[in-house]
Amino acid sequence: MKEKLYKLIFMVLAFASLIFLLGIVFILFKESLPIFSKVNIGKFIFGRFWYPTYSPPEFGILPLILASAWVTFGAILVCVPLGVGSALYLNELAGPRQRAILKPLVELLASVPSVVFGFFGMVIVTPFLQKIFNLPTGLTAFNASLVLGVMATPTVCSIAEDALNYVPKSFREASFALGADRWQTLIQVVIPAAGSGISTAIILGMSRAIGETMTVLMVAGGAAVIPHTFLEPVRPMTAAIAAEMGEAPVGSSHYHALFAIALILFLVTFIFNIIAEIVSRRFRIKLGLSG
Amino acid sequence: MFTTLFFLGLIIFFVGVRGAKVISWEFLTQIPRCSMTQGGVAPAIVGTLYITLGAILFSLPLGVACAVYLCEYSPKGFMVNIIRISINNLAGVPSVVFGLFGLAVFVKFFGFGVSILSGSLTLGILALPLIISSTQEALLAVPQSIREASLSLGATKWETIKRIVLPAALPGILTGVILSIGRVAGETAPILFTAAAFYMRGYPKSVFSEVMALPYHIYALMTEGVHPDRQMAIAYGCSFILLFLVLSISGIAIIIRQKQRIQHG
Repeated sequence: MKEKLYKLIFMVLAFASLIFLLGIVFILFKESLPIFSKVNIGKFIFGRFWYPTYSPPEFGILPLILASAWVTFGAILVCVPLGVGSALYLNELAGPRQRAILKPLVELLASVPSVVFGFFGMVIVTPFLQKIFNLPTGLTAFNASLVLGVMATPTVCSIAEDALNYVPKSFREASFALGADRWQTLIQVVIPAAGSGISTAIILGMSRAIGETMTVLMVAGGAAVIPHTFLEPVRPMTAAIAAEMGEAPVGSSHYHALFAIALILFLVTFIFNIIAEIVSRRFRIKLGLSG
Repeated sequence: MFTTLFFLGLIIFFVGVRGAKVISWEFLTQIPRCSMTQGGVAPAIVGTLYITLGAILFSLPLGVACAVYLCEYSPKGFMVNIIRISINNLAGVPSVVFGLFGLAVFVKFFGFGVSILSGSLTLGILALPLIISSTQEALLAVPQSIREASLSLGATKWETIKRIVLPAALPGILTGVILSIGRVAGETAPILFTAAAFYMRGYPKSVFSEVMALPYHIYALMTEGVHPDRQMAIAYGCSFILLFLVLSISGIAIIIRQKQRIQHG
């Protein structure tokens, strides 16, 4: 009897994460639906002008979506080579002693708070970029991509490294036995075998970059216009929410519009995470590992 | 590889060198004066401690219970899969979305207002997946044989978990807790609308008062206020303290975990 009670208690508590997740979804829908009775969804998503405080206000979030897309794309260009490269080095080239030092250091980079990255971007990277490209302001999409890319690198690196670890030793030995050297084995056997694991890493890195808030808020510049080049200030979705929620009166259209942006953001990262989950499950099955 | 570490070094170097200059006993123990250009940041440090502590108090029991259920009671099944997926997805939710959730639920719906309580609960939910996954790892590292030994001596499942499994997994669980502390202490976006204030006269009085917090303070110093130039030095100081705190906390956890992993093979 007592045993069953304990099991029941644990079971109820175990559902907490599910409840919180559902709670988040529910709140996002509940708080964002009122905006769609004023602006239709198509106009909201594809509208080219974001002037929430004008009268009459304009709620078109295309500039914000494009800003997020640009910055994330740029971040991917930075974090994929860095992260996957680091993972390959850790897994294939570094000796056990080197790995014992380098791996914790990568994890340490992962634990640097995002606001410190943002601060670093503002005081160090910004003046540097301004000088190099001779810009009116250094707070640009390029800057944000750079800083975000470095931030997402440890995520990509550690997941990609796990993927490389899962490649059975026998694959490598078979390749060596056929006379392939280390480099050929790496390129033609190990990377293809770990391929979907590495793509999981990239997807999760993207998801991390899209959702990151403080860094882009501080570094991206904040102009809510459709960007044409990497060297213009932009206002990604997360930055818009964080910057404007403080001023938006509770229950106003602006407030609901910001929740709607959060909903879109949530759905995008949710889809990315689900894709990553499916890809990594396939990967494990392919290598004969149980899920 | 080395480029990655180069960035880590670069950040620590700049923040370290310029931040260390600002640090003094006064900076750590005084409240801000003269519209943020002089004095210390003690309330922000204390505020960060409160919020972090609150978050861990909330998420630790929940997270451990969840992991125990998943590992010990019910390792397979449809519902368990759903819980697993929801944990993974909760871990991937952008931090600003947690902030909005906290604003809508804790600040408005429950009426806690912008307060330590709201901030702690919001951050607690954010830390939950982290605690669950590290507890799971710790539980899985407990050898099956000692569970069987306990059960064969006539202990019930719950007695086995309480007396045998949890104590054996404790070091691993604590490591996870330390890591989560490092993560929670540095988060800014979730507390933007749920707990943080730019300026407070003195220290928070109850769990329902607003607080200053280090990460938010850095952001606010860089983007608000009337004396950007003189605020910059304070921002360096805050970044230094935050970076030092977080890196040493996480560093300890990472080293302990590394040792544990080697021990368990």
